[in-house]
Amino acid sequence: MAFSDSTRGLFTDEIEKIKEDGLFKEKRFICSEQDAEIEVEYPEGAPHAKVLNFCANNYLGLSSHPDVIKAAHEGLDTRGYGMSSVRFICGTQDIHRELQDKVSVFLGMEDTLLFPSCMDANSGVFEAILGQEDVIIADRLIHASLVDGIRLCSAEYDTFKHMNMKHLKKKLELHQDKRTRLVVTDGVFSMDGDLAPLDEMVDLCNQYDAMLLVDDSHASGFIGKTGRGTHEHFGVIDGIDIITTTFGKGLGGASGGCVSGRSELIELCRQKARPYLFSNSLAPPIVNGSIKVIDLISSSTERRDKLEWNTKYFRDKMEQAGLDMRPGETPIVPVMLYNAKLANDMARDMYAEGIYVIGFCFPVVPAGKARIRVQLSAAHEKEHLDKCVGAFRKIGKKYGILGLGKNEIIEKYGR
Amino acid sequence: MDEMKKTVLEYIADEYLDEDDEDEVSYDSPLISSGIVDSFSMVSLKRFLETKYSIKLSDEEATPEAFDTVNSICTLVNKHLG
Repeated sequence: MAFSDSTRGLFTDEIEKIKEDGLFKEKRFICSEQDAEIEVEYPEGAPHAKVLNFCANNYLGLSSHPDVIKAAHEGLDTRGYGMSSVRFICGTQDIHRELQDKVSVFLGMEDTLLFPSCMDANSGVFEAILGQEDVIIADRLIHASLVDGIRLCSAEYDTFKHMNMKHLKKKLELHQDKRTRLVVTDGVFSMDGDLAPLDEMVDLCNQYDAMLLVDDSHASGFIGKTGRGTHEHFGVIDGIDIITTTFGKGLGGASGGCVSGRSELIELCRQKARPYLFSNSLAPPIVNGSIKVIDLISSSTERRDKLEWNTKYFRDKMEQAGLDMRPGETPIVPVMLYNAKLANDMARDMYAEGIYVIGFCFPVVPAGKARIRVQLSAAHEKEHLDKCVGAFRKIGKKYGILGLGKNEIIEKYGR
Repeated sequence: MDEMKKTVLEYIADEYLDEDDEDEVSYDSPLISSGIVDSFSMVSLKRFLETKYSIKLSDEEATPEAFDTVNSICTLVNKHLG
């Protein structure tokens, strides 16, 4: 047996180290559909608990929407379970083309290419379009999948301080000797919920002859007046060269992602992006479900409007309750606790109150900036929001943090 | 060495700290393990050192440990300068 006791011991030690560092991710099982109200088995083996879900990326509440489920069934019935092929051999159906076309229209881009996930889209896009004569200039807090994709690419890379346009300008000036420059940012940053200033970034990219890539996974479907995304919010739809996004969050929540943008760049991804070339096609039920999602949100803004209302209502009530939140306007609401133990203890107590939220600490967020991240959904009703605020009020009171600001919380609990 | 430390410290403050940042960096402040510099943004610091001191740092040398304080960074650079 090659997996000897000493080999096993190496891996056991590593797992123990993860536990010691407080980074061990426990198993949690959802025993119902994904929705505002779910049944959870946690810890493993415990009786199912009915809780309100405030930690899903189900922004538009479409994960279990009857029309989306029906469309997925139709996809299964008419186009089968899977393609048993990558896209370029015999894995592209008419519905893949239809979804790509609909996404292009929805995002206001020239062309779109589907990937098995946005992680794959981000892993493949850079290597497909850039070479060692080029430079990538990225915001320091971009998503891990973008970081991985950048590292897989032969282009040089540099970083700028989070959303600091003065620093980005400096970096653009520094790299004027490169063949092309590609600036990379998230549209909405997943941990802080802040919006990248795309209007200013487009101006800088025009000034310094740079392309702009935006990962809008936490924005597509609901940011902007008609939900097109962060570029719509800032009125710069024509100024973005590449958008990567996912069907695994607001856009239905199943899986799959895409690269959308200038037609030549998409063609290069079609020819060269390795996760596209060497991974199976999106399954027909997911493709059909995603088409229905795009149809639903293209014909009505009702769901993103409700999410906007929920966000404002929740943030106002939480502020009145005296919780310290990062200001913002997106449905990602970081409740700042600064101390990792406090964040994890409070999240555990919230769960006991029937509210499913998670504490985040270093290295997922910067050291000393631990928080509970609340994610709102159009599936939440006002009473759900009230119950969540009520639980925060109760648990916040227990830990004596209501009405306290950053310095006071740190003084009480440390960083 | 003191001049180098001063130069590196100034670069780190300018490159990694925001104007309203409460973090203060000294010669022995942890940079990587404290999260001020992460493995992704470390590339800027590496490029600065290579350009400023006309050296080439291999990936094997440019480890989080070697880049964790201004002192350790300057020790590494000095090894190359002989």
